[in-house]
Amino acid sequence: MSAVRKKGWREIPKGGLILEAGSAEQYDTGSWRSQRPVRDEQKCTHCMICWIYCPDSSILVEDGKMIGFDYKHCKGCGICAAECPTKAIEMRDENEFREKEGV
Amino acid sequence: MSVKTVAITGNEAASYAFKQINPDVVAAYPITPQTELVQNFSEFVADGVVNTDLITVESEHSAMSACVGAAAAGGRVMTATSANGLALMFEILFIAASSKLPIVMPVVNRALSGPINIHCDHSDTMAARDAGWIQIYSENAQEAYDNIIQAVRIAEDMKVRLPVMVMFDGFIISHGIERVDLLDDVVVRNFIGEYQPNYPLLDVEKPLTFGPLDLHDYYFEHKRQQAEDIKNSKPIILEVAKEFKEISNREYGLFESYHLEDAETAIVVLSSAAGTAKAVVDELRDKGKKVGLLKPRVFRPFPYMEIAQALSHLKAIAILDRSVSFGGFGGPLFTEFRSAMVEFGKIPENINIIFGLGGRDINEQDIRGVYEQLDEIVKSGKVKERVQYLGVRE
Ligand code: SF4
Ligand code: SF4
Repeated sequence: MSAVRKKGWREIPKGGLILEAGSAEQYDTGSWRSQRPVRDEQKCTHCMICWIYCPDSSILVEDGKMIGFDYKHCKGCGICAAECPTKAIEMRDENEFREKEGV
Repeated sequence: MSVKTVAITGNEAASYAFKQINPDVVAAYPITPQTELVQNFSEFVADGVVNTDLITVESEHSAMSACVGAAAAGGRVMTATSANGLALMFEILFIAASSKLPIVMPVVNRALSGPINIHCDHSDTMAARDAGWIQIYSENAQEAYDNIIQAVRIAEDMKVRLPVMVMFDGFIISHGIERVDLLDDVVVRNFIGEYQPNYPLLDVEKPLTFGPLDLHDYYFEHKRQQAEDIKNSKPIILEVAKEFKEISNREYGLFESYHLEDAETAIVVLSSAAGTAKAVVDELRDKGKKVGLLKPRVFRPFPYMEIAQALSHLKAIAILDRSVSFGGFGGPLFTEFRSAMVEFGKIPENINIIFGLGGRDINEQDIRGVYEQLDEIVKSGKVKERVQYLGVRE
């Protein structure tokens, strides 16, 4: 979880309004993940099926090629892995990486 | 000051206020005894006298939802309801208030089912007292008309921006014909002014989100804001009343005191029953009895210190409730008043009288009896029964 200081009731917009568009990007939904999608580049044909299916816009694409995942927002739902026609995506236990990354 | 004096029902007076306010959107569903109000207004719409979009929805849940949508979009929005209709709006009432949408809604007070009853009591709006709306009670058709016009200004004040309910008694006021002084259209229009929405959803240059998910991290802060904003509406309500006096010559405060200053005993009662009580006060005063009356007008925010101070010199008071708080210690007015008096530190002897449920009449004889009982309490210094039911068969 981020260590951002949460604002007091006098500092936030009233009525529960969010005054800027696209602010959901600031929310680190990646922290909810218990499984992480990992792609095998050899198997990937860049068909973009995962990009179409990902409910969190977490498939990163550059120059028409699938280049990886946005782990800040990927919730680990596994839809990409289930839909990938070449079985290029494997869902791995998040703990493996947490240990490695020292989180 | 040009005034038109007419003989009309409370509902007609309210619909005339709607006509003069000329809101952008009215979304409503008919329910007795409110039906006539919106029906009359729909004629103004059909005749092209107003520019309002009248949305005839399929339920009150939809009516309030449409009002929330229209108000969020940036419109000046009104509706009206009664009893079960208000109950069906319940979920959306809280959303309107927490989204700070200045919707104005007359509620023609009627008993909640069940058993089914279409007549007056205050169980409907008392059940909604914690929804975050400002609540203003009216004694008669004139006050209903005046309060609806003032409500627009209160709701839309930049320091308030909250929805307002304006109450008047079902059938007794909604269907009874009274003399009412109507203001000029232009005077009302100038008084309410142009509506300036804060954050209109339809402003595509400034996209924003209404009603997002708000969990343990910020929900509490938003509720704290609401508590502050409704509290801060009190001086605004008084400012608006002062300005309203300039156009109408009629005076409004947070409550009305009637022969209270030098009284020894008094009754506290809302709405139309206060009219009957005033007649009894006049009669007893003629006989030299020091009796008075306090009629609350603004129930939310509850002006507890002002009210407790106004009552502090009395020897005994009877607080009359036209609704029951089942399982509570007395009716809603009673508990608020007792708590206010404790805060002020001077507590006149007091009783609570539940009356008039489902439209059961309260007449002068009943009210005389209450003052007699207060006399006895003063004499004996004893309260036999704290919470009583008046007019129910044993
Ligand atoms: S669905 Fe599979 S093959 Fe297609 S782009 Fe995604 S990872 Fe590559
Ligand atoms: S696991 Fe779910 S959220 Fe993460 S990239 Fe795949 S589809 Fe998107």
